[in-house]
This record gives sequence, C-alpha cells and structure tokens, in this order.
Amino acid sequence: MNAGTLKQILLLTDGCSNKGEDPAIVASLANQQGITVNVIGILDDDQTEQPEGLQEVEDIAVSGGGVSQIVYSERLSQTVQMVTRQAMTQTLQGFVNKELRSILGKDQSMEELDPEKRGEIMEVVEDLGETSDLEVVVLVDSSASMRDKLETVKEALFDLSMSLNARVGKNRFCIYRFPGRRSDIDLVLDWSPRLDGISKVFPKLTSGGITPTGPALRAAMYQFSKKQLRRNSDEEPFDIEETGY
Amino acid sequence: MKNHSTLKKPAINLHAQQKVTGKWHYKSYTVVRKIGQGAIGSVYLCMYNGRPVALKMSEQDAAVTVEVNVLKALKKVQGYRLGPSLLDVDDWTAPNGRVYSFYVMEYMEGQTLGSFIQARGKKWLGVLMVQLLEDLEQLHQAGWTFGDLKTDNILVESNPPRIRLVDVGGTTRMGRSIKEYTEFFDRGYWNLGTRKAEPSYDLFAVAMVFLHIYYPRRFERMTGEPSEKLLEKKLYRAKDLQLLHPILRKALKGKYQTATEMKTDAMDKIKQVQRRRSQYRIKIQQKKTYPVKESLSISLVASVFWIISLLLP
Repeated sequence: MNAGTLKQILLLTDGCSNKGEDPAIVASLANQQGITVNVIGILDDDQTEQPEGLQEVEDIAVSGGGVSQIVYSERLSQTVQMVTRQAMTQTLQGFVNKELRSILGKDQSMEELDPEKRGEIMEVVEDLGETSDLEVVVLVDSSASMRDKLETVKEALFDLSMSLNARVGKNRFCIYRFPGRRSDIDLVLDWSPRLDGISKVFPKLTSGGITPTGPALRAAMYQFSKKQLRRNSDEEPFDIEETGY
Repeated sequence: MKNHSTLKKPAINLHAQQKVTGKWHYKSYTVVRKIGQGAIGSVYLCMYNGRPVALKMSEQDAAVTVEVNVLKALKKVQGYRLGPSLLDVDDWTAPNGRVYSFYVMEYMEGQTLGSFIQARGKKWLGVLMVQLLEDLEQLHQAGWTFGDLKTDNILVESNPPRIRLVDVGGTTRMGRSIKEYTEFFDRGYWNLGTRKAEPSYDLFAVAMVFLHIYYPRRFERMTGEPSEKLLEKKLYRAKDLQLLHPILRKALKGKYQTATEMKTDAMDKIKQVQRRRSQYRIKIQQKKTYPVKESLSISLVASVFWIISLLLP
C-alpha cells in the first residue's frame, strides 16, 4: 500500500502573537502548500479562565486545516499525540472527500453518506493513517512565560515520538524554537526519526517577551524540503487510487 | 466538513428529557442523564421504547465511526460477550444546526472493579482476574488489543459477579499503534515498553488495574527512579495482592506473551489457595478436639499429684 507523506507543523504556545504578520494568514498559506498546522495552547496549572489571547490558537488551526486544543500542562502529553493523530485523520478524510466529490458530484462528502458506508470509508482512512509517512516540524514558543512549561513540553514531545513510532509508517521530526537569537526561529533538533536525543538538546531556552508567531510559522514552513512543496495545490501528495483497497 | 474554514464544531452537551432523533433511522431516544465522559464524547443513559440504553455522542465524527467499526467487528466474533452490543448508529441535527454522529449500545449495570472488591473482599481478586484474562484472551485471538484498559472501563455485573469491558475507544488491531490510552495504565508512560498493540500491552495494564484498586489516587513516575523499582515497591506495599505478586510482577515486566499464560498462572494460584484453605480447615477441626484432651490430661496429672500428696505424711 502506498500512502505518501503527511506534513504537519505543530505549534506549542501559551499566548498571543505580538509581532510580524498574522499567523492565521501564514497558516492558510502553509495549508495551500499541503502542510497542516496544528496548535496547542498551554495554560498554567493555576489558570482558571481561558485568556483571550488563546482565541488565536483556534484561528491558526482552522486556517491551517489542522486541529487546536487548549490544555493544562499536566495533560500535555496525551493532547499532543491526540491532536497529531486527529489532524492526520482529518487531512486524509479531506483527500477522501475530494475523491468522493469527483466521483459522486459536488455536494458529496463523508458526512453526507449513511453511517454504514461511512464506516467502510473510515476503515480505509484508518489504514492510511497507520501506514502513511509523517513529517512534523515542532515549533516551540520560548518566550519568557513558557519557562516553567518547557520541561513538560520536552516530555510531551518524547512521548509523541514513542506513540507515532509504534505505527507502521515512518516518521521524521525536527524541533525549532521561536523567537530565535538572530532569526525568526532557531534549530533545536534536526530531522530525526526519533526524539530520544531530545533530553540532551532541550536547553533552558527562554528569550525576551516578544512572540512573533507569524514569521516563525513562515520559517517553519520552509523546513520541509523545498522541492517537496507542491506548486499546484490541487495535486494530491499521494494517489488514493494506488492504495489498493 | 463542507468547508475547512467553517468554525470548529462545538462540543455537545445533552440535558435530561432532551429527545434525540436519528436522521437516517428515525429512532427517538430520551435522555435521562449523563453517565460518562471521555476523550471522545460523552455517554448518556437514555430511554428507548421504555427500555434503558446507552448513547454515545461526540463532536468528532471520525472517532465515533471508528468506535462503531470496532463494535461491529467484535459482534462478528461474539457468541462470547466482548464489550457492549451495538444497537443503532445514526446522526442527529442539534439545535445549533450542526450534525453530530452517535451510536447506541446496550446499557450495562454494575459496580466498578474497585468498589466491588471493597464491598466483597479480596477473595474475589483471583476470580475476577481470571475472568478479565479470559475476555482478553478471546479479544486477542480475534486479532484485537483492548488498548485503553483501565479500572473505569471494567464493570462487574452482579448475580453472578461477571466482568464486562465497556469502552472500546482504544481497541486497536494487533500490530498497529495504540489509539488511546491512560497514562497510569500505559507501559509507554512508565518507559517499560512500546505502544504497539500486542497482548503484552494489555497484560501490563491488567497488572496496573489491580494496583489501582489499592492506590485509588494513582501515583506518578519519578525522575531519577527507574519505574520498574517504583512499581515493585508499590506492589510490595499492597499486602492484599500478596498472593498475586509473582503474576503481577511478571506482567509488569512484559514476561507474558499471551493472556492464556497469565490466566493459567492465576488459576494455579487460586487452586493453591483453595487447597491450603481446605487443609487449614482440617487442622482447625483437629484443633477442636484438643481442649478436651488437654483438660483430661491436666486433671490426670493433678490427681496423680493429689494422690502422692495424700501418701506423704
């Protein structure tokens, strides 16, 4: 079964962007390039109300074709893997829907099929999710307010790699933090199939108070090797017909 | 998902007396109350034609469909009751105009494993463990791993006490990656194995389920202390589990390849205990004759002394 490569950006942040272009616009640009943008907003453990700034979290994910979730840091590990998986399913479902529309007409999508047929299609989506390769650029907000949360973020990422490496498909991860010292983002860990080495490289990385989420997202987008990016957004990253079900 | 740019579908909360009517099969369910909430949606107790049923609804359509697929697959290998039986699958248009997927299953009544043991005593531990392993054995043979095995997902029906597995949200085909898990029961969290769906994944969780009965507030992994040692320590402190220690330890170490092996060990243990108990009973019966003998011999010795004392001047 040939299931191509899914590309995701996973943004971990605890607040609102305050510098540079609108991250939601960059996210939709990334989505047009076949990259899904997922966002996790991390709350302090003693934070009782959702701060207004975190509305942006949902906006970015919606325009990035991805999934968003706002969580307390203690629940981070599980959320990270759930969000990643949910986004994979969502992306694959998007492809299937497109395919359905081309066969059955404009208004068709999985949701409009009866539950019986939907179930059969979902099995295919699940198979694809298990077997397709996945590339994730992890983008960690390292502004001052994130200081206490970085240890949890590290654990969560380690955990994510463990979950995903139990899949049949291959994985590649890389980690960037923003803002960088001189550029929009700084490399923390280069493309690697596992995040085992993460404990060594995850420094006590905190920078100033600015949060240039938009520019950081743009820079993250370019980390997927450029020739892999599709010029024409109508092309599918993999061919559904070849999957052989 | 007509359009990616539409807002995220909000989570849904049904209230008592609300009517949920399916879009495809037109069956109507009346909500009684919420009975559970998980990572994927909530479960409600509902009435259908005067009969209680359990209805699960979520804003994540895909996840609902996946669970339904699992329940259908389990139905095919039944004859043996694995998980709740599936009664209906449908969509519902909520008052907010969005469409939510739901499914309806048999409503199971029972106690949680923890409260059952508290009420009926530790003598049930072995029996329930064997029952649980029997169910897992069947599930594994059918090609599935339960996945999210935890105390909340195990119900004990009464008369006669019988274990039932309830939530199939984490049930995963063998060889794949575990879909859903709960940290305390997950060997990956303890760094004691992968998240690949295989029998030993479930068997680790079985051991943690029994530990959880004695640590109801759970505990966390520690930085600097290997999990194996920590679990060993916790196991040692749960004195009620003493008999099952060797079995639980083996499961935590991933030494059991199949549920059958673990079940056989558990059954041997139960037999051993029964044998010991019956021997103990015999001993007690023997002991019962002792007081008579004892008083006779004491009075005999006493009378000898008395006679001697009479003979002495």
